[in-house]
Amino acid sequence: MKLLQLLPIGNVDDGLLKDLRPAVEETFHVSCKVLSVRLDPEFAYHGERQQYHSSEILRRMQSFLTDDSWRLLGVTAVDLYIPILTFVFGEAQMGGPCAVVSAHRLRQELYGLPADPKLFRQRVIKEAVHELGHTVSLTHCDDYRCAMAPSHAVEWIDLKESTLCTACQSVATPATKVSSGHFF
Amino acid sequence: MSTLGKLLIVDDELSVRDSLGKWFREEGYDVTTLENAGDALTQLAAQRWDVALVDIKMHGTDGIELQRRMHEIDPELLVIIMTGYASVETAVAALKNGAYDYVTKPLDPDDIAHLVKNALAHKRTAQENVLLRETVAEVARPEDMVGQSGPMRKVFEAVETVGPTDATVLITGESGTGKELVARAIHQASSRRFHPLVAIHCGALTETLLESELFGHEKGAFTGAQFRKKGKFEIAEGGTIFLDEIGDISLRTQTDLLRVLQEREITRVGGNQTIKVDFRCIAATNKDLEKLIEEGKFRPDLFYRLNVFRIELPPLRERRDDIPPLVNHFVQKFSMAMNKRITRVAPAAMNQLQEQPWLGNVRELENAVERAMVVGQEPELKEQDFIFKSQGAANGSSKTLEDMERAYILRVVEECGGNQSHAAELLDIDRVTLYHKLKKYGWTRTPVETR
Repeated sequence: MKLLQLLPIGNVDDGLLKDLRPAVEETFHVSCKVLSVRLDPEFAYHGERQQYHSSEILRRMQSFLTDDSWRLLGVTAVDLYIPILTFVFGEAQMGGPCAVVSAHRLRQELYGLPADPKLFRQRVIKEAVHELGHTVSLTHCDDYRCAMAPSHAVEWIDLKESTLCTACQSVATPATKVSSGHFF
Repeated sequence: MSTLGKLLIVDDELSVRDSLGKWFREEGYDVTTLENAGDALTQLAAQRWDVALVDIKMHGTDGIELQRRMHEIDPELLVIIMTGYASVETAVAALKNGAYDYVTKPLDPDDIAHLVKNALAHKRTAQENVLLRETVAEVARPEDMVGQSGPMRKVFEAVETVGPTDATVLITGESGTGKELVARAIHQASSRRFHPLVAIHCGALTETLLESELFGHEKGAFTGAQFRKKGKFEIAEGGTIFLDEIGDISLRTQTDLLRVLQEREITRVGGNQTIKVDFRCIAATNKDLEKLIEEGKFRPDLFYRLNVFRIELPPLRERRDDIPPLVNHFVQKFSMAMNKRITRVAPAAMNQLQEQPWLGNVRELENAVERAMVVGQEPELKEQDFIFKSQGAANGSSKTLEDMERAYILRVVEECGGNQSHAAELLDIDRVTLYHKLKKYGWTRTPVETR
């Protein structure tokens, strides 16, 4: 039986990881476990941009994969980027085992607004489901309510739900069944 | 699985190709990444993309040059230039060369997602627009040009030859031969067909009105000019202007017209600003312009400007073989318009139609068929539905008004048994007037009295 593993990257709130578990378990029908190890992201830091290169983090995460891993989701509070874009909310290996999601730009405070912990948690869950969706080969979805809908700004994240639409779910479920060997 | 569109990314940095390629694939695009201009041009010769994202700074051929060469291969490709830092020069160079837009690296995810999405929507709308225009052009093709005779085949060939060129055309021929139809066919066969065809009947307007119609006028240019008005040359921008009855314009307007044809710019009446205009000119006349030149009524230099390619339309009497197909065409046209199920013309009537002089040419024939369609009964038009001219009339010896008056008065007087008072009453003229007319026409009572 394989597991969906959550890997804390840098200083990330344990409570957030605990909130994520039931949400991703429900969507992907697979048991989820928070790893006790932690990845220090400093190797991926870009001094000029003051951001962390998500693709490099994904590469480093490979070494955390075990025989038990169905998927490995890195969760971080640092700001992520890929060289051509100003930022990313997360990155995933399309049809691969690893994905990373950043909580940095999901906080209301970043936009000069009062903190909203509930909204923040919802955004992290939606983006975690979204990146994990890419690992089961899902591309972006036209249904704006689906977690796989493209969202390049928090307003778009707020519009969608944390669950997959029927079409995306029908792709995700068999993928989970085959590769995890377990139907949760 | 269908994709949102086909994207090509050309950048010599591997990290950009990989990261942007992956990012757009996740978005749902079919992405190809290439590392240099040479590869891009080679591949573009073999396949098509909807949008290309091209780095401005690459080894060898830069993005601006690549974009120019890509458009030589595929003019419909939308190119977005990616630049390391924004500068006015870069933007101007890119956009001047026909780039769809340019973006600064690193790209804002929301901006680039919208830009590519909008570019694809723009392209699809443009493609749809072309398709619709072609469909409309197909439906709206001038169909009234009917004829299989030798002279008309030559006309069709001439239209086909000159249509796609931008040459000025002079169409000559008698009234009613279809000069405007030929002008429309030339316009339809040209690359200007998606722009307006503006027809102006020069003979119908006074000199000052024609000037204002052709060149437009500024507010207050003359009494009644309450608003600025665009002239026909401005309205025809990009399209064709058809100057009908060109032989009827004054020498002064001829001078102005010559200047427009030479300079391709106009000045509105009452204005002093010159306006560049882009048009093709087709002129038509039923007059003998060479003769008008000899008489000093037409400028030879304007004639030479207009007479670049000449199409002479034959009168209908010189192509009588075309009368049956023309009649059938008009029958079909009016049966649809009048909702009458008349589908043919009796052979005797058709023979008569072919014998008529048709001095008014196709227009007269069309009117004759229209009239017959009004009075005719389904399913065919018969001889009695047409008004045929007698052979004498056909020879041009038609009766004068005086002849007709004489015949009518004598007939009424005879019907009244020679009673002039009664006849005057029926004719609604006084008895003295009738008396004078009878005297003039040499009427005597004798034949009546012998009855």
